[in-house]
Amino acid sequence: MSTLNASLSNEQAQRDLAEASAPAAAPEKPAESVIEYGKTVGTPFSDDPKFTLRDVEVFYGDTQAIKGISLDIAKNEVIAFIGPSGCGKSTFLRCLNRMNDSIDICRVKGQLQLDGKDLYDPKNDVVELRARVGMVFQKPNPFPKSIYDNVAYGPRIHGLANRKSELDDIVENSLRKAGLWDEVKDRLDAPATGMSGGQQQRLCIARTIAVSPEVVLMDEPCSALDPIATARVEELIAELSQSYTIIIVTHSMQQAARVSHRTAYFHLGHLVEVNETNKVFTAPEHELTESYITGRFG
Amino acid sequence: MPNQKDDVYGDHISHQFNEELAELKTQFLKMGGLVEQQLADAVKALIDNDGHLADEIRARDKTVDRMEVEIDEESTRVIARRQPTARDLRLVVSVIKMVADLERVGDEAKKIAKFAMGLSEEGKAPRGYVEVRHIGNHVGGMLHDALDAFARLDSELALQVMKEDKRVDEEYQAAIRSLLTFMMEDTRNISRCMSVMWVLRALERVGDHACNIAENVIFMVKGEDVRHTSMEEAERVVSQ
Repeated sequence: MSTLNASLSNEQAQRDLAEASAPAAAPEKPAESVIEYGKTVGTPFSDDPKFTLRDVEVFYGDTQAIKGISLDIAKNEVIAFIGPSGCGKSTFLRCLNRMNDSIDICRVKGQLQLDGKDLYDPKNDVVELRARVGMVFQKPNPFPKSIYDNVAYGPRIHGLANRKSELDDIVENSLRKAGLWDEVKDRLDAPATGMSGGQQQRLCIARTIAVSPEVVLMDEPCSALDPIATARVEELIAELSQSYTIIIVTHSMQQAARVSHRTAYFHLGHLVEVNETNKVFTAPEHELTESYITGRFG
Repeated sequence: MPNQKDDVYGDHISHQFNEELAELKTQFLKMGGLVEQQLADAVKALIDNDGHLADEIRARDKTVDRMEVEIDEESTRVIARRQPTARDLRLVVSVIKMVADLERVGDEAKKIAKFAMGLSEEGKAPRGYVEVRHIGNHVGGMLHDALDAFARLDSELALQVMKEDKRVDEEYQAAIRSLLTFMMEDTRNISRCMSVMWVLRALERVGDHACNIAENVIFMVKGEDVRHTSMEEAERVVSQ
């Protein structure tokens, strides 16, 4: 799974790279000068952090994509990353399970800790890390295998099941949690690619949670889905947040408002504001946040 | 909070959205202007014994009512179609609440007009008209300032309106006490004095509505609710 994910992330990284190196894509106003380097307004820190991130900087070659971001992500919270294209939200998200490692020119600096342990310790097993920190991508990317095998793939390579019956249980539970079981229980051997887009995305979520991750990263998980499928995924996020930490990058501000506890606003590689979602959408503290969420630029 | 620029509701990417919010503001201020006129006319009708003017006020109240409904409809449409957030959301939510206050001020003006007609039939100017004129001017000024504060997003002026409301309450109490004295002096005064007391009561309520509007303006500008808090708290919010 990790190799497949890595190649997928490579694709996305290339796209982001294109965005980052094309200043024309950045909003013309307001100017970067209103942001102080490394300074974030609101409540970026937590008493019970899952991730502790300090002074994080990411470079693609000479281009600095992330500019000194410090943030805690609390256990079992749903935090949404929002911001205009090229603001660094996806790049920052991919630091959290080292998806950027596969990009040669990408360098990550600063302190990044998961449960107090250095995420970028060279001794860490990246495959194991990605089992703990799972990821769901923008476009559903099921393997060209059966529905069953898609979900069973992770548990198999991580050796999570000793017997077929155990694997069956994991597959059923994961599909149930993803709200897909009733729709597919009679055709588990059917190819996953024959499912609808919304079903495929929920299958990918089932595949991600099959290896019992602690964190689920979601990179615009609903942008290819219709409103009904989107509502299903959002409902799923609410349920998953009981036991997982969820970090979601979204272009839909309404989605951020609906699903997240906290919202983080990124702008040109800076983390401008982090606050309770209720506050961000009624009375944001920073002028840039206000301008973005009210549709004044972006 | 972000600095308030000249036209903080006007620089959306969507021009249509700009126009809708501008229209909402314009409609609200238009209704505010009409209600202000209604109030001023009601006090004038009473003091001048002008039954004809009182009639006009009661007819015009229908326009006030219709505007309330129209602005509410427009606000609902904006919410449904634009999903406003942050200051845009606070504008729409505040307008919905403030039109209710304006409509009530309109009702108070109508009530005063009704008493004006009753009293004009009795002829002779009764006691308490000095107080009516004074408090009428006072709350009329408050309403004007509250609407000005809305138009200019001036939270300081809104705070002044809130402070004035305390003074109006004191003036109202004093006026009631003096009317009670007249009633005790001569029981034949009671009927007319009671009517004047109702008028004073209506004016005092107008002050409360102006105060509500001012509180909503502070919410719009500062994003914090100052209703049911102390004046010190409201001062803190405004000074931020």
